[in-house]
Amino acid sequence: MLWIPPLLFLTIFFFFPLFKIFNLAFDLRSVFERDNLQIIYRVSLFTFYQATLSTLLTFALGLPSAVLFSKFSFKGKSLLRALTAVPFMLPAVVVAAAFNSLFSYKFSSSIFQVFNLQPATFNFLLILLAHTFYNTTIVVRIVGNALAQLDPRMEASARVLGADGFRVGREIIFPLLRPALISSALLVFMFDFTSFGVILLLGGLNFATLEVEIYVRALQLPNLNLAALLSAIQLIFTLIFSMLYSRLINKMQTQSTPRFAPTRPPKTVKEKIFVGAMCGALFVFFLLPLISLPVRSLTRLEADRGQRGAVQYGLTADYYRELFVNRRGSLFYVPPVQAAVNSLGFAALTVLFSLALGHPAAYALAKPTRFEKILDPLLTLPLGASAVMMGLGFLLSFGRLIASPIFIPIAHTLVALPFVIRALQPALASVPERLRQAAATLGASPFRVWQTVDFPILSRAAASAAAFAFTVSLGEFGATLLITRPEYPTIPVAIARFLSQPGGLNYGQATAMATLLLILTTLSILIIEKMRFNNVGEW
Amino acid sequence: MKKIFLLLISLLISLLSACAPKTPTTLTVITHDSFSVSEEVVKIFEDANQAKVVFLQGGDAGAALNKAVLSKDAPLADVMFGADNTFLSRALDAGIFEPYDSPALKDVPAEFQLDGEHRALPIDYGDVCINYDVKYFAENRLAVPASFEDLLKPEYNGLLVVENPAVSSPGLAFMLATRAYFGDGYLDYWKSLKANDAVVVDGWETAYYTNFSASSGHGAQPMVVSYASSPAAEVFFAEEPPSEAPTASIVAPNMCFRQIEFAGILKNGKNRALAEKFIDFMLSRTFQEDLPLNMFVYPVNQTAKLPDVFTQHAQSATQPAALSYEEIAANRDAWIEAWTQAMK
Repeated sequence: MLWIPPLLFLTIFFFFPLFKIFNLAFDLRSVFERDNLQIIYRVSLFTFYQATLSTLLTFALGLPSAVLFSKFSFKGKSLLRALTAVPFMLPAVVVAAAFNSLFSYKFSSSIFQVFNLQPATFNFLLILLAHTFYNTTIVVRIVGNALAQLDPRMEASARVLGADGFRVGREIIFPLLRPALISSALLVFMFDFTSFGVILLLGGLNFATLEVEIYVRALQLPNLNLAALLSAIQLIFTLIFSMLYSRLINKMQTQSTPRFAPTRPPKTVKEKIFVGAMCGALFVFFLLPLISLPVRSLTRLEADRGQRGAVQYGLTADYYRELFVNRRGSLFYVPPVQAAVNSLGFAALTVLFSLALGHPAAYALAKPTRFEKILDPLLTLPLGASAVMMGLGFLLSFGRLIASPIFIPIAHTLVALPFVIRALQPALASVPERLRQAAATLGASPFRVWQTVDFPILSRAAASAAAFAFTVSLGEFGATLLITRPEYPTIPVAIARFLSQPGGLNYGQATAMATLLLILTTLSILIIEKMRFNNVGEW
Repeated sequence: MKKIFLLLISLLISLLSACAPKTPTTLTVITHDSFSVSEEVVKIFEDANQAKVVFLQGGDAGAALNKAVLSKDAPLADVMFGADNTFLSRALDAGIFEPYDSPALKDVPAEFQLDGEHRALPIDYGDVCINYDVKYFAENRLAVPASFEDLLKPEYNGLLVVENPAVSSPGLAFMLATRAYFGDGYLDYWKSLKANDAVVVDGWETAYYTNFSASSGHGAQPMVVSYASSPAAEVFFAEEPPSEAPTASIVAPNMCFRQIEFAGILKNGKNRALAEKFIDFMLSRTFQEDLPLNMFVYPVNQTAKLPDVFTQHAQSATQPAALSYEEIAANRDAWIEAWTQAMK
């Protein structure tokens, strides 16, 4: 019975709209048209290609970072860790703006010359870098957690028995880490696979993932048929990935009771070099793009534009001041505080919805029956549904209703729910049934059992899940989904509005708004970090 | 269990409908995301008609139109604004609009009234042209190109950034201008343009703010496909209004494409009388004079006065590219597809 509310929610707001749009647009015969096959082949190939490369690059940075965070303690560790997590919550508009303001023309043209790069190659590299920027935190968290849980006694015994470092790695560490490695790889791959905004904003011509091609076919070139076909393909792949994912996650939880190896400061010279180099690399890679926006939002760069020389370079708060001015007297003007309040309000509702739905689902999945095991991957499916097609499905299913602002947190909940369930599930599974039974035998009411046994264990996991849902909503995943009421713009919407017209003030205000979002996001991440449930909360 | 399901659904629906607009005197208008209007102007209409106007935004121009088409049996709104001449026939073929011969059309020149049946009524227009960085051309003593052919000259190698016509509306407009000028030879022209290192990016935002050298992004290209009104926006949205715009448009004959935006009364809408009044209002001087500074477009009503920043800094194409909307409708997708293939 516990899975009924979440399943009902998914049925109404996910499967029903999906069915509606497929019912309208899907035609199996179109699979066999030669032109369609060519497009499907080309787009799928590129999608896999870029996702594979992005995943490899993410691991190249993520694995050493996971070792860094799980083995060593050093000054500024929690801040650096939070820093790697911030990009995951940022909307693509902001990340693209950050990359663009960092890899400006002067900088990149010198790279062009050194490596003799074509602009297209450069754009492709930019996509890969942006994906790495987004997803490294997944590897850090999942692999880092697994590393931290390795029982140090096993390694010690193997050493005593004469195994060298390589053998320990191959026969003990790798097999124990394998589920974490594979599941984080799958998750990273899934995010890269459905990438949309990054590709559209940084990629330029000829870089179309499935999601981008669906957008083009559904809304620009009107070929809903092909769009439906492409999104069916994307859904099938996502289903395969999520089935693999939930299978591996279940395996991870059957591991022996975690023991945490304490972190320690680097001792040997080698370790010191490793920690220093990794900190430096992470600092440069994550801080530079992030800091470029606040810096840009405070800098006046008007001086060398046009034919005037009187205006000077320098620091300015103009862009922030201008945020409070409705220059055009526009009906749709929104003060920055109001945009922040809208964003925070929708985020709070998303937390409420996804916790209310995720809690019973996680309960059910903590001790799953066979039927519930089958349902498990379905929960992850919304992550791979094309936002464009879902938007059209919503339209067909709910008509005028979708103009209601309540649909914004509902759409965000669809995306946040899988994460919330994954965060709650291990905590719930760890509550010993005997404690509940003992409390009940001693005469505690069911509520009192929940209050005294479950709640203390659950509260921290719930807080971390809540913070996660909160940031998913702040970052506006799947924002293209809906018909919007212009009176309720969120921060990402406000940024996009500023960037849609020419003018120095517009650009400056966009970076100022992005800075505001950056601050809100970083604060949320720091709260997540503080509340994580004994370091074992999965994603 | 079935009961619980029904209960939940009805609860949900009542919750949702509580938030949805539903009073009888409400007029709903669906537009694209770039739409903007002054608060006081809307208030004038609301006060005069004891009505409340609710605006909905449905994504970019293409997305908003497609949503209107998909929901034509149970329309989301009473009035739709924002289908332009590159999308017009899709709206007309889908039959989403009801004809309305507004008396206010008398002030609108015939060249804008593309639909003889008055299902789609012109509201505003804008010219998509190449913008250039005035300072760059002055400092490098470079002549401003005066024709499409000029852009192929070696001195303009790598200096132009354009948008992908498959996803960007100014990108499409610019491609249509080349199609109008070169006919079928437009693909060869684009191949030569590519050989001269013209840069193609997906969206206007990237082209203007990342690639264009005269924007705040300080990019590499001193020429960008944008609007003839963009220089006025650069002045209006400058921290300290300059006497000269930092950018200007190339408005040479045939090099610009004129986008005309239309509004129409949606079929099966609930409020025909009020919708008619709103269309009249959109064509009135009050609304038309408010358009330029809100959306940086030109009013179609010839009696409307332009703001100073427009008369001083915005340019208008003298002889925009000529392509009928029927011709665009018939070939649009094939042209884009061929262009995409040619630019690989």
